[in-house]
Parts: sequence; structure tokens; C-alpha cells
Amino acid sequence: MSALTSYLGSTAGAPGTAGFAVLGWAVTPGEANNQLWALIYVLIIFAGVSVAVIAMNWIERKALAHFQVRLGPMRVGPHGLLQPIADAVKLLIKEDIIPAEADKFVFWIAPVIGLLAAFTVYTVVPFGPSQAVSDMNIGILFMLGVSSLGVLGIVMAGWASNSHYPLIGALRSSAQMVSYEVAMGLAVISAILMTSLNTDGTGYLSMIEIVQEQQRQGVWFIFKFFPLGLIAFVIFAVAMVAETNRAPFDLPEAESELTAGFHTEYSGLRWSLFMLAEYAAMIAVSSIAVTLWLGGWLRPFPNWLIGPVWPHEPVWDFIFALFPGLTFLGLGAIAVRGTVRMPKHPYFRIQTIGLGAFAAVLAGIGVLLLGIAIGANASGNANWLRASEGLSNVYWFVLKVAIFMYLYIWYRATWPRYRFDQLMKVGWKVLLPISLGVLIVTAMVGVIVS
Amino acid sequence: MNDTKAPANLDLETPEKTYLDSNELILNMGPQHPATHGVLRVILKLDGEKVLGTECVIGYLHRGVEKIAENRTYTMFNPYVDRMDYVAAVSNGLGYCQAVEKLLSVEAPPRANYIRVILTELNRIASHQLWLGTHALDIGAMTPLFYTFRDREEILKIFEKYCGARLTTHAFRIGGCQYETYAGFEKDVKNFLAFFPPKIDEYEELLTTNRIWLERTKKVGVISGKDCIALGVTGPVLRASGVKWDIRKAQPYANYANFDFEIPTGENGDTYDRYMVRMIEMRQSLRIIEQAVNGIPEGPIMAKVPKVIKPPVGEIYHSIEAPKGELGYFIVSDGSTQPYRVRVRPPSFVNLQALDTMVRGMLVADVVAVIGTLDIVLGEVDR
Repeated sequence: MSALTSYLGSTAGAPGTAGFAVLGWAVTPGEANNQLWALIYVLIIFAGVSVAVIAMNWIERKALAHFQVRLGPMRVGPHGLLQPIADAVKLLIKEDIIPAEADKFVFWIAPVIGLLAAFTVYTVVPFGPSQAVSDMNIGILFMLGVSSLGVLGIVMAGWASNSHYPLIGALRSSAQMVSYEVAMGLAVISAILMTSLNTDGTGYLSMIEIVQEQQRQGVWFIFKFFPLGLIAFVIFAVAMVAETNRAPFDLPEAESELTAGFHTEYSGLRWSLFMLAEYAAMIAVSSIAVTLWLGGWLRPFPNWLIGPVWPHEPVWDFIFALFPGLTFLGLGAIAVRGTVRMPKHPYFRIQTIGLGAFAAVLAGIGVLLLGIAIGANASGNANWLRASEGLSNVYWFVLKVAIFMYLYIWYRATWPRYRFDQLMKVGWKVLLPISLGVLIVTAMVGVIVS
Repeated sequence: MNDTKAPANLDLETPEKTYLDSNELILNMGPQHPATHGVLRVILKLDGEKVLGTECVIGYLHRGVEKIAENRTYTMFNPYVDRMDYVAAVSNGLGYCQAVEKLLSVEAPPRANYIRVILTELNRIASHQLWLGTHALDIGAMTPLFYTFRDREEILKIFEKYCGARLTTHAFRIGGCQYETYAGFEKDVKNFLAFFPPKIDEYEELLTTNRIWLERTKKVGVISGKDCIALGVTGPVLRASGVKWDIRKAQPYANYANFDFEIPTGENGDTYDRYMVRMIEMRQSLRIIEQAVNGIPEGPIMAKVPKVIKPPVGEIYHSIEAPKGELGYFIVSDGSTQPYRVRVRPPSFVNLQALDTMVRGMLVADVVAVIGTLDIVLGEVDR
């Protein structure tokens, strides 16, 4: 083990860091040119996003159900916790249908392209200053570019299905994505512009630098030049819903009009790939929004709430490092409450035990995270402290993204769907002029201020 | 661009060339489609997303209700009418019972009429609730559907307590009502009167001023009052186009003349006006129920009707204002125990004719919105 860690430590090119403190790496694996750790990061992120999609699936169904005065999945596992797994298994073992008239190769490759586009984005998503696969100096451009490729999968799916509904869905989708990308891009540019408003006047396209610039300037870009940053953020937030084909802009898969839109002819595994891609894309664009406007991994008030809380101990860093563990303990407490409220009937015994075990797992993770935070603080070990800080970074990032995920569900429960021409109108006649105006005003204000 | 007028009969075989060297698209919507409210099949002729014309294909739910009538006695046929507009079964039953009563020259006693009015108006609310939920779902708002179904449950509970059935109620008999109201009926109805207005406010809060809802419904599926009359369209669709025609006022039946209520009308004849008309109608129905439940007299619930119903030779047309429009029964009697012919004039069937007029030149999404706003029930269209 020591040989391995020393090997990794030496190749990482980051002196003074032990290999096992993965989350506490001083630089990203990409920057350190460490192929092995980059691969491990990729695997972690791939698994993490997949788990997040599964969790999102369950949360969406439950939250949507509670918006709509119903219970949602309740049968498979306690409170339907195993429903996504049951669905995944069902989709995997379903018959693989390719329509006779379909273009088989394109039909086969379309969901793969969609999935690749959605997942490749995560190579530059910064979960922390060093918790990213890579830190490209053109990160945001790469992200926008790759996430736009998702439309290719949809168009190919619509075309290859050789059927009317998918074709119309694909047409709608391509028009929609292309038009909203313009407003989205302009909103992003106004955020990038803000990064250049520092003493040396250099802006950044690197995702990590964008966040660090927010820390250096002491303000999340959503609050910068109020309300300019806020308007740009709102434009992006609207455009990203359109970009990911979610309600109220879910025209490409408008159920009541086009049955299922571009994936009408898809079933089983291929369909599940589309769903995976859609949810992964939702998380990806939310990550862009969080990175650009909401301070990425930064905890609240990183420049202000520093040093000791009281004259001596504890320090604010320690307080905030406790949050991840406390959150998991809170989730565990909710699960315990659910366990206690389970009907006392032999029929529910297995479910009660299962929910109790789930609560124990959540609480265990919480205790583990708390242990890392407390232990690191007590021991003062640099590696442990870095690991604790890394966990904290990931936690705040995921928390902010989770808020967006919840908003997606909320939109879906509340709003009717736009019509195609109205969608275009909103994109070209409302969002585009506003984002252009915000960009110009931001530039002028920036010049005046600096 | 060619204008929106498409040929009267769609040539579905040979798509015409449109601009940019692209063909028209023939899209077959239904009979299995989430938004066609059952088994309606609409063949759309599209230029991109623009609708050049539609053709409705019906008959997928045809059960031959009118033919069945010729082989059943008048009493035996009564439950069949519930299966036509199954979301407004009480109204269907009322129309049929009253038509036969007219043929027999029998008048239902006052108490029976009050019970009929209460149940029919409750059913109108239930029908409008179902319309609202599905219509909103078609336009993309999922949540109202669940709210309306939750509240519709209260009405169905009253039906269930009254006659044992929730959907196909068979609530009335020729000559009155078979069942006396159950103990606590008036209390249940009054509870509902207090329960429901806040719920309408809740639906309206979600939709009435919602920006997207306004954009999706205003100026969508416009039809003029003149066109409505020419096509025979009745009910809320007609009233939303500004024609104040409601059979409850125009040719009062079942002592509707004694109640004070208003007929809401729209101005533009668009989907939003139809939405508003139905929302106000629900509130007006509550007003009628309130007056009826407060003024319900004591007395018999069944007129003197012979055990074996043998109406004199003759024919009768009687129509009532069902939730969806004018529901008429034309019954020909040959003096035997079975009707010689029963012809039903279903509002959904006639209203569906207006679909083509309303959606020409609109977009695919509007077809769905207009099918929803017409409030058709395929059981009634096909019979």
C-alpha cells in the first residue's frame, strides 16, 4: 500500500500529499497529469451521477405525487425506495424492439450519443478547487459545446425512428435547443465578463477559476451589479429548462400531443438511456448555473465567516465542515420517523426493517462524515483537514444543484406547457434581447466601476 | 404560403407539395392517443406544425345503444342511457325519464323534481371537474387533474350513498325517483356547498391568471356564434361564443324555472372563454343546488305510473341542458311496451363537428387544446 501511495504521490506531482486522501488533492488529476487518478475520478463521477439520477427519479416521483395529493410509489420497498431499481431491472430485461422501418444503425447510436454528451460534460464540472477530473482553461466553452451535442442524439432518434411523432418531436427539439442556446450563451458571457472585473483585468473561462474569482471578488455573480447578475442568472435558469426539454418547455416529448415525442419508438434499455441522458443533462446544466452564479462549491460567506466563532474555538471552517454529516443525520432522522410511523402489522415487518436499515445507513454515513470533520479538526493532520474540506466543497456544490433539481420538479407540477410558436417567441423576442441588454449594461457598468 | 383554407374533403393519399420542396404530413392521431379522450381518431393534415385540415374518425366505441332500445322495454332501457355520457350519467337519465314521462303525459312530483335538480347539478359540477382536469392535462398542467379528482370524489360519495352507484348511477325512474333521500342527504349536500367554492378558487389560482395558460388558451380555437349555430353546437361552447342559450332557461324543465341563476357567456369564443364559462357555471350550479336543498318540499317522490309502461302511439322530442350541451331524446312509440325508435341527440357528437372549423390554421398543440375544450365523451359520440 505504501508503495502504491508513494507511486501515486510521486506521479501526481503534488508534493506533500499522501495518495489516499483522494478528496484532498491539491490540484485536479488532469492538471497533475495523473491518468490513474483521473480514471478513478471519472468512475466516481459516473457512478455518482448514475446514483443521483436514480435518486432523482425517486424524489421526482415522490415530490410530484405530494404536489398532487397522492402518495407516489409505495409498494416496492418502504415508501417505494426500491422502485427505481425495480424499474431499471424491468427496462433492462425488456424486449429490445427496433421498428422494421427504422434506420437501425442510427436508431442504435442515437441514445448513446445523447448519453455521451450528457456525461462528458462532467469532466470539467468542479465539485471543489481540486475535486474535478480536469480543469480546462476553456472549461465553460467545452461544457456548453458538449452539452449542445445532446440535441444530435434527439434529432437522430427522431429521424431514425421513421415515424411521424418522433419526427415532429425531433424537429421541435432542434429548433428549441438552437434558439435557447443563443440566450443561454449571452447570459454566460455576461457572467464571464464579471470574472474579468478584477485588478489585473483578466477574465477566465476555466470553471474552477470562475468560482475562485467569485471568492476573490467577494460576491456570488448572482448578486453582482444587482440586479444585472440576477437577470442573467434568471435568463440562464429559464434557458436551461428549455435546453433540457423539461416542463414547461417539454414540447419535444409533449405527452398529450406527441405521445412521447422523439422517443416514441424507443423501449427498454435504449429508452432508459434517453432518460438517463435527460436527467444527467439536467444535473449538468444546473452545475453550470451553480458554478457561474451561485459560487460553485463555496460555502456561505467564505470570506466573512472565517476564523474563530468565539474568541478561541471552534473556527467557522469547522462549523461548516460539520454540515455534510449533520445533513445525513437529518435524513437518517426522517427515515427513523418513517420507520416509527410504519403500520404495526406483520405484513409491514420487512418494510419496517428495510426502512430502519436505510435509516441506519444514512446515519452511519452521517457519523462517518462527522467523524472525518471532527477527527481532522482534532488531529490537525493536513491530509485529513484537506479531505474534510473536500467533502465540504462537494457537499455545498451538490446542495446547490439539488435546489435546482427540486425547482425542476416544482415547475413540472405547476405550469402548463408552452406552444411551439410561443416558445420561439419567448426565446427570440424576450430572452435574447434581455440577455443582450444585460450583457451590454454589464460591460458598461464594469468599465465605469474599474 | 397558401392560405389556411384547405379543401373540404382531405385527400389523404397524395400529400401536396408545400414551400421549400417539402411535403405535407398526414398524421394519424388516435384512436390510442393520450389526448383524444378515449378512442377518437383524428387524421391531421399538417404543413410542419400547422394544421391544414382534420378528419375525425369515430365509431370505435359504438355499442348500438339506439338499436338496443328497440328491443328493451322503456324501463329496461333506462340504465343504458347512463353508458352514453358516462361522466354525466345523471343528466342522461333525467333526459330519458322526462322524455318518456312526456310521452306518457305524467308529471314527476315536486319533491322528485327537487332531488333531480340537486343530483343533476351535482353531476354537472362533476362533469366540469373531469373536463377541467383532463383539459389542463392536455395543455400540460398535470396537477389540476388530481385536485379535481380529489374533489369530484365528494360528489361521487353523495351519489353512492343515494343510489349505490358512483358513475353509472341510474338515479331516476320514469315518473320520479325510486329512492327517497337517505338520512343526512341534505347535510351532505350543504357540506359540499361549503366545501367546494374554495376548491374552485384553488383551480382558478393555478390557471386563470397563469401566463402560460393564457397564452395557450386565448385566441385558440376561436369559433363565432354564427358558426356555432350553423354547426348545431350547444352548451358551454355556444355560450362562450356569446350566444345566451341554455335550455334550463329557454325551455325550463324539472322546475328549473323556480330557481334563480345566471347563464355565463363569453365574448371571443376562444378556449379561454370556454374555460371561464365552465368555471362560472360550476359556481352557478352551486347556487341552484343551494336554493334546491333549502326549498326541498315533503311529499311523494313517484308519480302514478303504470307497472307496465305502454305509452300511446306517438312521438316526442325532449331535450335538456346536459353539462356538454343540448341532450335530446326523440322517441317514437308504436303503443307497445318497447319503443319503436329512440334517437339520441348527443351534444358531444354535434360539438365535435366544430373541431375542423376551430383548428384550421392553428398548430398541432392547439388541436389537443381544442379537443379538450370541446369536452367530448366518446361514449356519447359513438353511442
